[in-house]
Amino acid sequence: MSRVKEFKLPDLGEGLTEGEILKWLVAPGERVKLNQPIVEVETAKAAVEIPSPYAGAVIELYHPEGSTVEVGAPLIAFDTDPDAGPLPTPPASGENGAGAEGGAAGGRTPVLVGYGPRQGSARRRPRRGTQARAEAPGATGDTAAAFPAQPSVPAPPAETTPAVPSGPATAVGSGNGTRPVAGLGTLVEPGTPAPPRRPAPALAKPPVRKLAKELGVDLHSLVGTGPGGSITREDVRAAAERASQQVPGPGPAEWGPNRERRIPVKGVRKHTAENMVRSAFTAPHVTEFLTVDVTRTVRACKRLRSMPDWQDIRVSPLLLVAKAVLVALRRHPMINSSWDAERGEIVVKEYVNLGIAAATDRGLIVPNIKDAGRLSTRELAQALNDLVTTARQGRTTPADMMGGTFTITNIGVFGIDTGTPILPPGEAAILAFGAIQKRPWIHKGKVRPRQVTTLGLSFDHRIIDGELGSRFLHDVGRFLTDPETALLAWD
Amino acid sequence: MSKGNSKRGVTRRPSKNSSGDLEFVQLLTPQGEPIKHPDYSVNFTDEEYRALYRDMVIVRRLDAESLSLQRQGELALWASLLGQEAAQVGSARALREKDMVFPTYREHGVLWCRGLDPILPLKLFRCVNQGSWDPESHRFHMYTIVIGAHALHAVGYAMGVTKDGKVGSDDGEAVIVYFGDGASSQGDVAEAMSWAAVFNAPVVFFCQNNQYAISEPVERQARIPIYQRARGFGFPGIRVDGNDVLASYAVTRAALDAARHGQGPTLIEAYTYRMGAHTSSDDPTRYRVDAEVEAWKAKDPISRMRAFLTQQQIAGPDFFEAIDEEADKHAIELRERVLAMPDPEPVSMFDHVYPGGSPLLDDERAELVRYLESFESEGVR
Repeated sequence: MSRVKEFKLPDLGEGLTEGEILKWLVAPGERVKLNQPIVEVETAKAAVEIPSPYAGAVIELYHPEGSTVEVGAPLIAFDTDPDAGPLPTPPASGENGAGAEGGAAGGRTPVLVGYGPRQGSARRRPRRGTQARAEAPGATGDTAAAFPAQPSVPAPPAETTPAVPSGPATAVGSGNGTRPVAGLGTLVEPGTPAPPRRPAPALAKPPVRKLAKELGVDLHSLVGTGPGGSITREDVRAAAERASQQVPGPGPAEWGPNRERRIPVKGVRKHTAENMVRSAFTAPHVTEFLTVDVTRTVRACKRLRSMPDWQDIRVSPLLLVAKAVLVALRRHPMINSSWDAERGEIVVKEYVNLGIAAATDRGLIVPNIKDAGRLSTRELAQALNDLVTTARQGRTTPADMMGGTFTITNIGVFGIDTGTPILPPGEAAILAFGAIQKRPWIHKGKVRPRQVTTLGLSFDHRIIDGELGSRFLHDVGRFLTDPETALLAWD
Repeated sequence: MSKGNSKRGVTRRPSKNSSGDLEFVQLLTPQGEPIKHPDYSVNFTDEEYRALYRDMVIVRRLDAESLSLQRQGELALWASLLGQEAAQVGSARALREKDMVFPTYREHGVLWCRGLDPILPLKLFRCVNQGSWDPESHRFHMYTIVIGAHALHAVGYAMGVTKDGKVGSDDGEAVIVYFGDGASSQGDVAEAMSWAAVFNAPVVFFCQNNQYAISEPVERQARIPIYQRARGFGFPGIRVDGNDVLASYAVTRAALDAARHGQGPTLIEAYTYRMGAHTSSDDPTRYRVDAEVEAWKAKDPISRMRAFLTQQQIAGPDFFEAIDEEADKHAIELRERVLAMPDPEPVSMFDHVYPGGSPLLDDERAELVRYLESFESEGVR
């Protein structure tokens, strides 16, 4: 056996077809032990670490982080005997090259029987000449036709017969590489006569259905190129691409007969509703407003952005609002507290888990930055960036959303002046940050165009009196009016 | 092994223990301190204490190797037992040779204790067969994938044991069925408990409450602790610290003895925690927080037993090292055997459907043979 071994991406979860490389945990040249984690891969089901199937040295990583790899595609090459001197020939990248043996045991691909990617039809072994052909006249090599004609196995109806391209031309690759060809689905053109509508549901795996839903593709409008006429990811992507090139018309509204639509309450919407009701009817809310001139905050953001070591990070006024809140919380720790009704106690927290309300595709979620009070401004900016990116990708974990102590809701991004936010359960105060707009403002005795915003602070009146709430809000406002002085004076 | 003491007829009220408010039978604290319980105790020799530790270390090591093999594409699926070693080993070592076991697909530790070859579940999860052991030879039934279905099988079997006249003496037989907190929500399990109660079947319902039915936490499945459900069916229920191998042994031993003496069923809730994913297809970080996992790490069943063995001077570093080495050896052997496992002949799928064959299946087999022979070279991949 060759000392060079390739490892192919296995099916990590019962019928998956691909995975995304999240992170390589090893680098070329590095020595690895058997079962040492080598890579983090995320599939439609889970993000998992793959342990190394070999001991030896890493020769090559075939795919960069962030790329999507099909199940069965070579992932990494190992030298299983790195102490035996230099390798005779380097393996060809991405395919089973000279001297490389795929699979974990004597050329066995780690894709199990019945799992993994579809095989190109060129892999099919030839039938014994005449007899089989005589039994199945017109056999074209696809599965349905290759079975001997049996009355008990009815042929698929004509309109559902998949347009499977047959013959060796559909598969590429050399050696024992069996990379399926990305077949493009045939989108039914709007101008051409529509085929008879298929009564059966469209054949597609759940991840493909999800993709179609996300891209707004109607599966029934596609003819699949996958096994048995099923619709593949490529079919959906191709259809979405075509659709994006057409001018979108006004979509037909899906109203019921009484011109109403009923949407089941579930998931994030349900969770949000329950939390809001619980909070609104247990904590007596008070909301106060303060309109402030934040011109200096806006300028401070600009100056931060121009600093060399802040180039790679997004800076928005939200960062300074967060900083203002953290500085003000230190001056008024009672704001950072919660009401423990069960034990009849007020819990004041030394740590600040700063929640940021985020509108996502899944609905409103409030992840928080853990122990934000201990972060430097630069670290805080990084944490804010990460939090927003994670939320947008829909990867926020339950842990990210638990244990918040104070929340900022940035409704200004929607162009809104201010609002009366409802407290997240377990928190004593929440700050609404409105839109920053140029308005006429008295500045140094003259009316000037200044950057102005309105802050709205809701707080739990069981814990926080009007005086304390007012002092806190006033401090946040003063910070934003003159961040440099506030930092020097209070931080 | 020695017998756990039981006081049947006395109200089985679990007592307070060192783990805070939770009520369960515990004989070993998470720090490895032995504690006394009014109803339950063990009386092992040093050799037996060490054997329990060895069992747990080996089944954990084999489990880790199996999960690695799944990640490397050698198994289609793996259901890890990580964290549940004490519940499985303790209860399984309480069984007598004649007792019958009905497991789920996670009972690799019980399988090990029953003396079956640990390669067997890997054949199932590599899909080379449908589970290939003889349930009679080690008195250990097939893994049941359908959640809770085997509770009915177990009760039916136990009713048969009664009808065979094999209960009612110290020589009687008992049946144990393993299931999880998720299965306890299944209708099958409720039916099984109804029948077991009414027919006074010699069966022990051993529920490993590992806190999650895949992603659903147990508090969203039950309004009361699971063991208290038994009262509604009309037999005793008891909760045991499932991360305490000694308590798991003692409680199971007592329940099995009650069953074999004709005193009917018992529900044991072994309170434990699934440290890993539900199966290799699951990602627990999407539904539970790290802090919870960390809190349970402090209650680890193996480190608890190790602390006990050390404190009682029953075993030392040499012993622990030797056991680790032995476990590694078992794991390497398991890996080699999996990699060398031949793919099954396609026609073998017909072999174990009916004991005496069936005309329809015989026809289908012949048809498949004909089809396979129509190719030019041998075998189908």
